[in-house]
Amino acid sequence: MEQKSLFSVISPIMAGPSSSHTAGAVRLGLMARNIYNKKFKKVKFILYNSFATTGFGHGTDKGLLAGFLGYQVDDARIKSIFNIVKDIEYSYDYLQDISRHPNSVDIIIDDEMKISGNSVGAGEIEIVRINGFSTKIDGVYDTLILMYKDKPGVISTVTKIIQKQHVNIASLHCDRDSKGGTATMYLALDIPLDESAIQQVKQIKDVFFVTNIRKLK
Amino acid sequence: MQILSFQDLIEQCKKNNKAVFEIAQIYEAELQETDVDNIRLKVNENLIAMKDAIKNGLKSTEKSISNWCGDDCAKLQKKFKQKGTLFGKIFEKITTYALATAEENLRMGIIVACPTAGSCGIVPSVIIAVAEEKHIPERKQIDALITAGMIGLIVSNKVQLAGAVAGCQAECGVASAMVAGALTQMLGGNVDEVVQAVSLAMKNILGLTCDPVCGLVEVPCIKRNAFLAIHAVTAAELALCGVESKIPADEIVDTLKITGQMMSPLLKETAKGGLSQTKTALKLEEQLLNK
Repeated sequence: MEQKSLFSVISPIMAGPSSSHTAGAVRLGLMARNIYNKKFKKVKFILYNSFATTGFGHGTDKGLLAGFLGYQVDDARIKSIFNIVKDIEYSYDYLQDISRHPNSVDIIIDDEMKISGNSVGAGEIEIVRINGFSTKIDGVYDTLILMYKDKPGVISTVTKIIQKQHVNIASLHCDRDSKGGTATMYLALDIPLDESAIQQVKQIKDVFFVTNIRKLK
Repeated sequence: MQILSFQDLIEQCKKNNKAVFEIAQIYEAELQETDVDNIRLKVNENLIAMKDAIKNGLKSTEKSISNWCGDDCAKLQKKFKQKGTLFGKIFEKITTYALATAEENLRMGIIVACPTAGSCGIVPSVIIAVAEEKHIPERKQIDALITAGMIGLIVSNKVQLAGAVAGCQAECGVASAMVAGALTQMLGGNVDEVVQAVSLAMKNILGLTCDPVCGLVEVPCIKRNAFLAIHAVTAAELALCGVESKIPADEIVDTLKITGQMMSPLLKETAKGGLSQTKTALKLEEQLLNK
């Protein structure tokens, strides 16, 4: 059995009222921000199931937006986020879909990227889809994400760059839309990757999207 | 060091001649590959955040988003100031601090989940109120919070601490057991007495359902924080007198888990049973959704 930390029961310090519906929402927003990792104008949140029905009373809408703007779970300004935000456009939709997790959200940024995630309890979260590709990112590890043209050799080219940095890969996950089509790769890393290594990955032929997501606090 | 049960904890404490918090902080330091001082520093940060939440909660009467709750702590403070209570100052402080924290939580204030956000008022109210009234130094409050953490951790090894998994037993119930042990530690109890306090508190929360109105952490969650804080004090006082639970702590944890499994999903944080389906609750829900 994996040993648990004392702090799993006497933490986190957070804005209330719910670890799953508030702190989890902030963390989902933060992850989406880290994944998109560039300036944005517009964000839309689609809340599903319990997020949709009880989210308003738990400040789930505020938490998602605040997280997406970079606020941490213990920021007292989360509750007044609607009064603070001026420059970006944001909107919400509320849906029921029993095929989705009870606390689930789609975050659509600049009509360009769609990130789906779940709040799985006690403030823990998982990102399960990015632009339709399945993922499993929980914010516990630094994670390198790539999108590239599906062809032989890309995985080994990437892992060689990481190996040269003496960084251990905790897990590796790949997916693709079709043979020879668009593929995605997610590498969870034990320690952060140097900027130089990330640049090298960006130089690989047929790799057209690279982002390095820092783990959540 | 592996501590999966209360039996393991008692053995480790006795073998090494150490208190629960001493074993717990060594356990955590090993786990995080750091030293004990670092762990205590982090626990102290949480203790400070708990005190801030109480301070903020005592001052505010701001209502929750639903507009149902948020001004009960103020009622207590007003009445206690004028007329006091049957039980005296410590009772006044524990109940007001528990409500202050739980109300601060529902108005999106900053709290410490302990073990969850819905049960955030129980552990801090008892530790901090007793420490203030009995002039217990910060060092010993940290010891107490570490003790509470160890107790919650042992329970969470068997049962996930979430209303959706085992009802409110696993949230406010476990919080009460955590601070029953922590208070016993703070008042000088040994490891046997700490674990007895846990047992006594936990036996009396078995079967507690999670049936919040409209699924919000408000009714009946907020007031339950005050009730289960006082409940913990009863357990600690009995344990310190040498009262023993006939059923050992680990078997009570097993019972809590099995009771949680037997509990209908309607009574586990789905807002589909219990108080949430009363005539009044349904009316409140309708009013809220039409707002």
